Amino acid sequence: MNVKHHLSDEFLIEYAAGSLSEGWSLAVASHLALCPECRQRLHAMEGAAGALLDKADESANEDEAWARFKARAADIKVEEVKLEAPKATKQTVVLPEPLRSYVGGDLADLKWRALGRGAYQILIETKDKNTQVRLLRIPAGKPVPEHTHEGRELTLVLAGSFHDGEELFARGDIEEADGDLLHTPKATEGEDCICLAVTEAPLKFSSWIVRLVQPILKI
Amino acid sequence: MNNKNSGGSEAEDLAKAEMVRLLSIVGRDRSADAFEAIFRFYAPRIRSFMAAKTKDRQAAEELMQETMTAVWNKAGQFDPARGNVSAWIYTIARNVRIDAYRRKRPEFDMNDPAFVADDVAPADQEFQQIQEAQLLRGAMATLPEEQLDVLRRAFFDEASHSTIARDLGVPLGTVKSRIRLAFEKLRSSLEGRL
Repeated sequence: MNVKHHLSDEFLIEYAAGSLSEGWSLAVASHLALCPECRQRLHAMEGAAGALLDKADESANEDEAWARFKARAADIKVEEVKLEAPKATKQTVVLPEPLRSYVGGDLADLKWRALGRGAYQILIETKDKNTQVRLLRIPAGKPVPEHTHEGRELTLVLAGSFHDGEELFARGDIEEADGDLLHTPKATEGEDCICLAVTEAPLKFSSWIVRLVQPILKI
Repeated sequence: MNNKNSGGSEAEDLAKAEMVRLLSIVGRDRSADAFEAIFRFYAPRIRSFMAAKTKDRQAAEELMQETMTAVWNKAGQFDPARGNVSAWIYTIARNVRIDAYRRKRPEFDMNDPAFVADDVAPADQEFQQIQEAQLLRGAMATLPEEQLDVLRRAFFDEASHSTIARDLGVPLGTVKSRIRLAFEKLRSSLEGRL
């Protein structure tokens, strides 16, 4: 499996800096679990942050701080290093961590809710009020309803694949879209497409009928 | 083995190798003497990292102490093969700060069966990591101040791209391109090792 569509520097640097909110971070971390290349880039960014830390010297006398540290270190119980043995590799696991813990299991455990036209979704709860996070299941060969959205959107493919224009997105691939883009992703024939979608604001469907039912379906 | 394009001074590389050594000793022997040198080097740096966001000396001091406590506790988990103590300590400081603000940052799990491992052999990786830390420091030294400034704001102040643009009075696209140029430079310097 080779991931072809990667994270932008913009998302990755915010994740590296710890400023990216929980909803976006869930998609970023789940992509990182599937993409060694982006992990390498993250590693380089953390290295850059480490180099900046080296230069952030404010020379101060540390005698007092060190004395305070030693006083509290006396009370510290050193954490046991738990080196977990890798769990037995089961090829059947589709959802990577941290996503799997958020939805409470792998594909077989999921309780999908119908969206109409054969599509299903699961809303994923986070503490992050500025994003909406969901798993989507689009039936093979069917389009995701045409939509534009306010702000950014991240879509991570977990099973099956979809086309957006000329581009093919398969497992591990992540698509970034911004508010101006009207895009029409379409699931590839042969297999339902399951993806994690994070959006900034409720989706604005451009088809009037979908827009009409949007408040009811909470999409 | 240190190539002359790296730009990092040899003294700096030596100091870094010394930090790796000291941290390994702390991890193995819980030696307070070895930790003192680490503490005296990183404490002022972490304090200023924390102060960038808290804007409060006392809170920054407390978060610095918490970070150094975590470094002391986790020293045994540091993998010397990773070679980059500053990057490791940065991630600990970042996580202490995230916890302090009661935010969540979901992370991947390398032991997860769905995790896709790197296909680089561990032996190669060990060599690469050490060389990489040197190359990265060298490349950072060649970045123009305006790019370093944007990186500092992103990592230290946790400023978003749009906040940085507003504070500097430049268009958003300028901030994005400075970040892109900085990482292109860092990445190409890393690729140059081969």
